[in-house]
Amino acid sequence: MTESHARDLFPGALEMMILESLRRQPAHGYALVQHIQQRSNNLLQVEEGSLYPALQRLLKAKLVKAEWGVSSTNRRVRTYQITKAGLSHLEQQISSFERMFEGISLVLNPGSATTS
Amino acid sequence: MDWIPAIFRRRKIYSDLSEEIRLHIEERTEQLVREGMSPKEAAREARLAFGNPALLEERSREVWQWPTLESIASDVRFALRQLRRSPGFTTAAVLTLTLAIGANAVVFGLMEGMVLRPLNVPQSESLYGTHYGDNPTWQSYPNYIDLRDRNRSFEDLAAFNMVLGVGFDTGRNPIAANGFAASGNYFDVLRIHPYLGRLFHASDEHGPNSAPYVVLTYAYWHTRFNDDPGVVGRSVQLDKHPFTVIGVAPPEFQGTIMFIAPDFFMPIVNEEQMGVPSLNTRATEHSVFESLGHLKPGVTPAQAVADVGAVSMYLERTYPREIIHHGTALSREGLTSFGPAVRAFVAGLMVLSGLILLAACANLGSLFAARAADRSREVALRLALGSSRKRILRGLLTEALLISLAGGSAGLLISFLLLRKMSVWQPIPAVPLHLPVTPDATLYVVALGLALFSGFLFGIVPIRQILNANPYEIVKAGPSARTGRRLTIRDVLLVAQIAICAVLVTSSLVAVRGLVRSLHSKFGFNPRETMTAGVDLAAAGYSADKAPAMQRRMIDAIGTILGVDSVGLVNGYPPLVYTAGNRADVYKEETSDLRPPNAAAMPFRYEVSPAYFSAAGTTLLAGRTFSWQDDKNAPAVAIINRDFAATMFGSVTGAIGRNYKLQDGTRVQVVGVVEDGKYMSLTESQQPAMFLPFLQSPASPAYLVVRSRRDPQQLATAIRSKVHEMDAGLPVDTQSWTQMLEVVLFPARVATMALGVLGLMGAMLSITGIFGMAAYSVSKRIRELGIRMALGAPRKEVLQAALGRPFKLLAIGSAAGLAMGLLATRVLAFIVYQATPRDPFVLAGVVVAMALLGLLATWIPAQRALSVNPLILLRED
Repeated sequence: MTESHARDLFPGALEMMILESLRRQPAHGYALVQHIQQRSNNLLQVEEGSLYPALQRLLKAKLVKAEWGVSSTNRRVRTYQITKAGLSHLEQQISSFERMFEGISLVLNPGSATTS
Repeated sequence: MDWIPAIFRRRKIYSDLSEEIRLHIEERTEQLVREGMSPKEAAREARLAFGNPALLEERSREVWQWPTLESIASDVRFALRQLRRSPGFTTAAVLTLTLAIGANAVVFGLMEGMVLRPLNVPQSESLYGTHYGDNPTWQSYPNYIDLRDRNRSFEDLAAFNMVLGVGFDTGRNPIAANGFAASGNYFDVLRIHPYLGRLFHASDEHGPNSAPYVVLTYAYWHTRFNDDPGVVGRSVQLDKHPFTVIGVAPPEFQGTIMFIAPDFFMPIVNEEQMGVPSLNTRATEHSVFESLGHLKPGVTPAQAVADVGAVSMYLERTYPREIIHHGTALSREGLTSFGPAVRAFVAGLMVLSGLILLAACANLGSLFAARAADRSREVALRLALGSSRKRILRGLLTEALLISLAGGSAGLLISFLLLRKMSVWQPIPAVPLHLPVTPDATLYVVALGLALFSGFLFGIVPIRQILNANPYEIVKAGPSARTGRRLTIRDVLLVAQIAICAVLVTSSLVAVRGLVRSLHSKFGFNPRETMTAGVDLAAAGYSADKAPAMQRRMIDAIGTILGVDSVGLVNGYPPLVYTAGNRADVYKEETSDLRPPNAAAMPFRYEVSPAYFSAAGTTLLAGRTFSWQDDKNAPAVAIINRDFAATMFGSVTGAIGRNYKLQDGTRVQVVGVVEDGKYMSLTESQQPAMFLPFLQSPASPAYLVVRSRRDPQQLATAIRSKVHEMDAGLPVDTQSWTQMLEVVLFPARVATMALGVLGLMGAMLSITGIFGMAAYSVSKRIRELGIRMALGAPRKEVLQAALGRPFKLLAIGSAAGLAMGLLATRVLAFIVYQATPRDPFVLAGVVVAMALLGLLATWIPAQRALSVNPLILLRED
């Protein structure tokens, strides 16, 4: 079906980050990119445009909704907001991501296994 | 599904997206400018950071597109690959469907053209005509006028008559042409507008012979006048009377009778000039063929019938001597008296072609079932590897769909070509026959619909097989594990298919047999070695009293041609020509009140010359034939046929010397009795007929009947030149009597041809069906056969093992089909003369045909079974 886009990330990662950002506060596309890059300390170098197919997918799945408006800097922007379905989807994704991450780190660093 | 609004929403989504991306890059650029870049650099940098906007936008759009589209394409590609891998199956399936869809589309085209949409005129659905036939109430011009003015059901009522064999002279050469004499309002009632010039209207009529105008049909304008636009205003002569061409009718308008396309239209008020009885005669059936009109809005056909019936009762009361009301009927305009026969014929064809479709479906069903069984191992593997059943079914249905589309389109193409051929078909040279079949959109929709329907029908046959498939069992044991003896769905389908095909073969044999018999049946005359020459003296300007002398001179002159045995003359048409015949009421001698209800019989009436019977080859049973002394001055005499003699006078010999009365009161004496014959149609029951001396009741349009063993071509030339010597301006129409019989034989011919083709298709279908079954059963058991051969089984036994089952199914199917076919062919008897199913020839023919088909179809599989090389086979697996 649709090919994987952000080739440096695993599938669904970009969506997850978008949803997480939007959970904190609604934003338009440009602000989202800025936000994700800043928060990752510019470690994640994402093509700015690759955000948009991900946003469309989220829109189609009704995990976010979008509205045209005017930003604080007086620009015409399309602001995205996370929906209820988006919130629960995000929680699910994060928990499964955390489990996966834990598994991966266990494999990569067997010595420094956590005590939990 | 919410995909319909989605289509409209999508455009908005896309424009939002583009706008958003544009704004994004803009904001980035501004940001960079603020950070100190030059605007140009900033724009470049912003685009770089964004990535390829076109590509990203495309990807974003893809999110909204249907994933199904792509997967359908891949399904189709996969199915095509699968079909290419088994060309035999694909060819058989597509061919079968092509045949079935082709046959059904042709029959549907016929039905549409002849029954559903009989006339190519605007709003033909509200157009009704009064019946022609044994219901002559309205068939005189005064009656038409009364009906037109007194009825309250029709918006307006038009009338027309056929004038055939009119000498149409453009200045040099009179050529016989066929026309319609139509009432002035004819074109206006039909809402027809001229292609060229003008048409005539009610305002052109001012009494008898007041409107010498001719409107040409487009086809005649094209062939006779080479599309000359200057034809309007030209003077022509019709039967030596001056007329003016005023216009050309549009190409799609071909008159108001199915099958017959006239050459021209002329006002009915002038039809007297073409030799039709006087317009003012009320007691005639000949001045109007049919009246027709659009029903007023809101008037139902039943109300119209009641209304017309009331008018006719009134007329019967007013003119008791001239009119007897037989009953009123309205018919959809166009088919006239052919209606019931044509509808029955087309319905019969529909049934048979439906059977073809069923047989094809059964055939395809068993093909698909066999294929599914063959592929059960593949399916099992795919299931075991995790493919979903849904996915596999989708693949199978896609294959079925592709096959139905391919077969459907091919069938449609064939039917299109066939129908196009039919619409320009002229099987009988002298008759302007015209089949109004033009393939249209409805036909395409119906054909493709049928194809898809049958595609799904046979496509779902193997579904159960696949849904129940247990991959574990099949992979473990191999597909041949279940080649049991039990009845499978394939067997049932094959038997059904063979039965249907046997029905088709039976009916086509019955039809062919019937036709052969009717060609050799007793006509009451011998049409072989007989030439007819139609001569219309009135058309050449002879008055009624001069005609008989000229006719006698022609008889004598033609009699001198070398090789001519005898020459006779008959007024009007000879028997069995153009399904035309005059009937007249006759009364017993003692009857004095000569009104139709008192008539003793209604025999066919022919006026003939003395030598007619010897020229026609009609046997005289008793008494004498006419002589030249039986003229106006001699007592009125008649020769009658055996049927007339038997019903009226009890016996053949007892009839000689007895008297009876004609409608006008003339007492005629029977001087001879001739054998029975056929007069109007081959299927008629035995009818009475009387022959009167033509000198006692002269009429001008007549046929000379010339018996000679000479080559027909030479004879015709000799006859024409003899007549030409006597009067150069006299058109002569020479044809052999056998040729003239074409018209009466036409329905039977067409029926036989249609049934023959359908029977052939049935035969082909059963061949493919049996072949498929036999080939399949051989390939299934090829290993077993190989082992048998290796162990020394005789060939006979191997063949029996391989092909016993297909042959048994063939026998069962044929027997069932034969029984059904015999029942079904009773229906045929209405169309094909002497079609009887209880005919040893037919029975034997069907059995032999089916056995031959079986042999033919199993030949290749049998060869394959016999050529099995056990060594190679056993090594293979």
